[in-house]
Amino acid sequence: MTTQLFGQPIKRNEDPRLLTGQALFTDDVKLPDMLYAAFVRSDFAHARILSIDVSGALEMPGVVAVYTAEDLGAYWQPGPLLVPPPPVPDLVFNPRMQVPLAKDKVRHVGEPIAVVVAESRYQAEDAAEQVFVEFDPLPAIVELEDALLEDAPLIHEDLDANLNAHVVQHKGDYAQAAAQARLIVKRRFLYDRGIAAAMENRGVVAAWDARAERLTMWDTTQAPVVIRNGIAAMLGLSEMQVRVIAPFIGGGFGPKIMMFYPEEVLMPWISMRLNRPVKWIEDRQENFFATTQERGQIHESEIAVAEDGRVLGVKDVFLHDAGAYAPYGLTVALNSQCTLLGQYDVPHYHTEFRSVFTNKPIVTPYRGAGRQHGVFVMERLLDLAAKELGMDRVEIRRRNLISPEKFPYNNEIIYQDFAPLVYDSGNYGPALDKALELIGYRRFIDEEQPRLRAEGRYVGLGLVTYVEGTGIGPYEGAKVTVETSGRVSVASGIGTQGQGHFTSFAQIVADQLGVGVGDVRLVTGDTAEFYWGAGTFASRGAVVAGNAINAAALAVRKKILQKASEELEIDQEDLELADGAVRVKGVPASAIKLGDLAARANPTRGAVKPGTEPGLEATDYFGPERGATASGVHAMIVEVDPETMLIDIRRYVVVHDCGRVINPMILEGQIHGGVAQGIGNAFYEQLVWDKNGQLLNASFMDYLLPTADVMPVIETDHMETPSPLNPLGIKGAGEAGAIPVGPLFAQALEDALSPLGVEILEIPLSPNRLFELVNDA
Amino acid sequence: MSQRYTIRLTVNGEKIERDVEPRLLLSDFLRHELRLTGTHVGCEHGSCGACTILLDGQAVRSCIMFAVQADGHALTTIEGVAPDWTASSGPEAMHPVQIAFWEKHGLQCGYCTPGFIMTLIPFLEENPHPSDEEIIQAISGNICRCTGYQNIVAAVRRAAELMG
Ligand code: FES
Ligand code: FES
Repeated sequence: MTTQLFGQPIKRNEDPRLLTGQALFTDDVKLPDMLYAAFVRSDFAHARILSIDVSGALEMPGVVAVYTAEDLGAYWQPGPLLVPPPPVPDLVFNPRMQVPLAKDKVRHVGEPIAVVVAESRYQAEDAAEQVFVEFDPLPAIVELEDALLEDAPLIHEDLDANLNAHVVQHKGDYAQAAAQARLIVKRRFLYDRGIAAAMENRGVVAAWDARAERLTMWDTTQAPVVIRNGIAAMLGLSEMQVRVIAPFIGGGFGPKIMMFYPEEVLMPWISMRLNRPVKWIEDRQENFFATTQERGQIHESEIAVAEDGRVLGVKDVFLHDAGAYAPYGLTVALNSQCTLLGQYDVPHYHTEFRSVFTNKPIVTPYRGAGRQHGVFVMERLLDLAAKELGMDRVEIRRRNLISPEKFPYNNEIIYQDFAPLVYDSGNYGPALDKALELIGYRRFIDEEQPRLRAEGRYVGLGLVTYVEGTGIGPYEGAKVTVETSGRVSVASGIGTQGQGHFTSFAQIVADQLGVGVGDVRLVTGDTAEFYWGAGTFASRGAVVAGNAINAAALAVRKKILQKASEELEIDQEDLELADGAVRVKGVPASAIKLGDLAARANPTRGAVKPGTEPGLEATDYFGPERGATASGVHAMIVEVDPETMLIDIRRYVVVHDCGRVINPMILEGQIHGGVAQGIGNAFYEQLVWDKNGQLLNASFMDYLLPTADVMPVIETDHMETPSPLNPLGIKGAGEAGAIPVGPLFAQALEDALSPLGVEILEIPLSPNRLFELVNDA
Repeated sequence: MSQRYTIRLTVNGEKIERDVEPRLLLSDFLRHELRLTGTHVGCEHGSCGACTILLDGQAVRSCIMFAVQADGHALTTIEGVAPDWTASSGPEAMHPVQIAFWEKHGLQCGYCTPGFIMTLIPFLEENPHPSDEEIIQAISGNICRCTGYQNIVAAVRRAAELMG
């Protein structure tokens, strides 16, 4: 009998390659005759381009070509709208997408204007400095609230205002809730986010082979199949002529999704034109402008509560910063809108946002993707309401949790998958209890905090809950093949950026086929290996691709049983798969190795029955009806040094529920990493812009990422409420760690500093900001 | 910029002689001239530690050195720390620090990992029994965006055990 591998903390298959420096990343690709590209980018946030002079650059050593928008001819097109707007009544939607090279006007610092191609990267960068662009600077929209002012300069001059979208959604009737409320709390919240800052910057290598009429592209993308389809269409090639490989990717977190970034669109075109391979690798400074980010929202929010703390309704109206272009539709703002109500049973909800254009880089999803903003508002409103009612913060939460019998729970408003947001399953009360117990809530509040306060120390506790919509469709697919060696190969269309797919997916297959995890070889992110798919985003890899792989493996299992039953002349029910073989139950001597069976299933002579498929191979697909809702609770205890306002996180507890767990070791790693990014967002990371739209801290010297010395030890515990929406019962977990950290910090720091009376309505914080808040209080 | 200098150095035990431009970064020399692409670059301004290698046994950041400055020195890159390891030899042939990272899930995307390992090898040689504070201190100059560091700290503890 083999033990089940699903659920085991199996060490990762991919690690030896990564640990020994053998894994291939995009910048490791080097091809004969390769050229190198460097970009000339805008120094201004908003300006007209009066002229571009490339003559000096063309004279520079090693330069092969310099291209501007003019040179692109019909290839110059705005990028695709990646996500269409949801079917919400009366929606206003003005999509404007980025262009490959700016033509008449630049709309954010770092927008590409020209590309230089040379024999070496150093030469390309030298020559890029010799391209002279004459600008006529225009006033820039930097502050979110300035975008819709009457006299605001227009970023897209064909629009009447800098309005990207206006969306109003309702559940129930908030006015009714407000009329019945014992208490209404209103506040204005600011929530700003930073950059994904994957350790690997973006990069593209494109190689056109004129004889074979094929284009090969290595791309740091989370969605190679989508890129293949788009690039083929743009270049007028068939999809079969284009192969996109997303090799090992050094972190994705959202911005490496199928963006059709200018660099991604231009490298294949340049390679075809010059008939040589060409490489572009982003540098860290470029990453701060040329890669998409998440940024700020401003919320005007109110909560209506009854005497007993029940939430009757919430009203939330916010502004969302889309940046200079908005290719990713409304996903981020919709996530804020749809995640706000969280784990709470709120009958009346009015939610409305305006997404506005600003002269800053493009905003698209980054881990959490707008969910943070919503969770922050709701958790803060609950804290404020509890305070006014003189109620314990845990009590107000507990009273409003959606009870287990209410699932599936319909939140009615339209989600990013265009269907009403319905939570599939959940069991929130026990997770809350577990978190209280782990953090030692009562003891802290009743004993420890009063004792520490008496000693003059500022120590506080935070405890917040959240949900995470995960595992959205449309679908993924997979092909599972038993090779004659007995090894199993699995191909799927998604890309991988460190989530451990080579291992967790292998565990699923190994269980179905009775082989070892190490015998399963996974190929992801290569369109030559698998034709169909959407990509790795929205915590969907494990849910959607995992279930597709399970389905394909199950189909192979059936083939194995059928073939073996013919060979052994015995009923399928009497067979079992174990140790890389199929055998009669309890009769090890009867075993046929899977590799041998695969060889027998692929005869090279003789005849087969009509309709026989060769080999032991199957392809299958999975598309969930809708997303699966994961959930959790974070709690922490923090001490603030009143002199320096530096913080010391003494405890950090995560209790979360993402359905059935494939590999708890990998899952925990995902949580740790998410929390680290959440802590960065809450207390260290902030993009600082001046009034002209210049980013003042575009380096790792000035933009603070969390390092080992600021990270707490994270204690995790799991609940498993399976999702009914997929056979494996899993929910995604990629973003959970990052989502609730902002409100957790706000609550804990407010608690720690409560003798000084601060109210925290914004994220990110910092020692400076805390100091200011304390002084203002 | 076209003047070139001849440099002679040892990389992973092998003697190398090349003509290089004086401005060529050591990280680019290793990655693109010698094709030792296991040394990664995350910032190219000395802040992240991804490009860390050993120069005469000391951890240095190869993105803030020029190749010409390595003239006459002995370098070790991630490819050189477990010379016996091959794709078919199994993980046991890796360096103990590598094995510890594997066992403790000290990596996710793996991009920062060679830099951590190269930082830690001399550290553990000098401090065979480090405290947690010393471990955190030792890795606090390396940035990892995936792991939250907790499992890296656990990996260092494990590496100390394996090496001890
Ligand atoms: S790449 Fe050298 S320190 Fe970041
Ligand atoms: S494992 Fe991805 S940056 Fe460290």
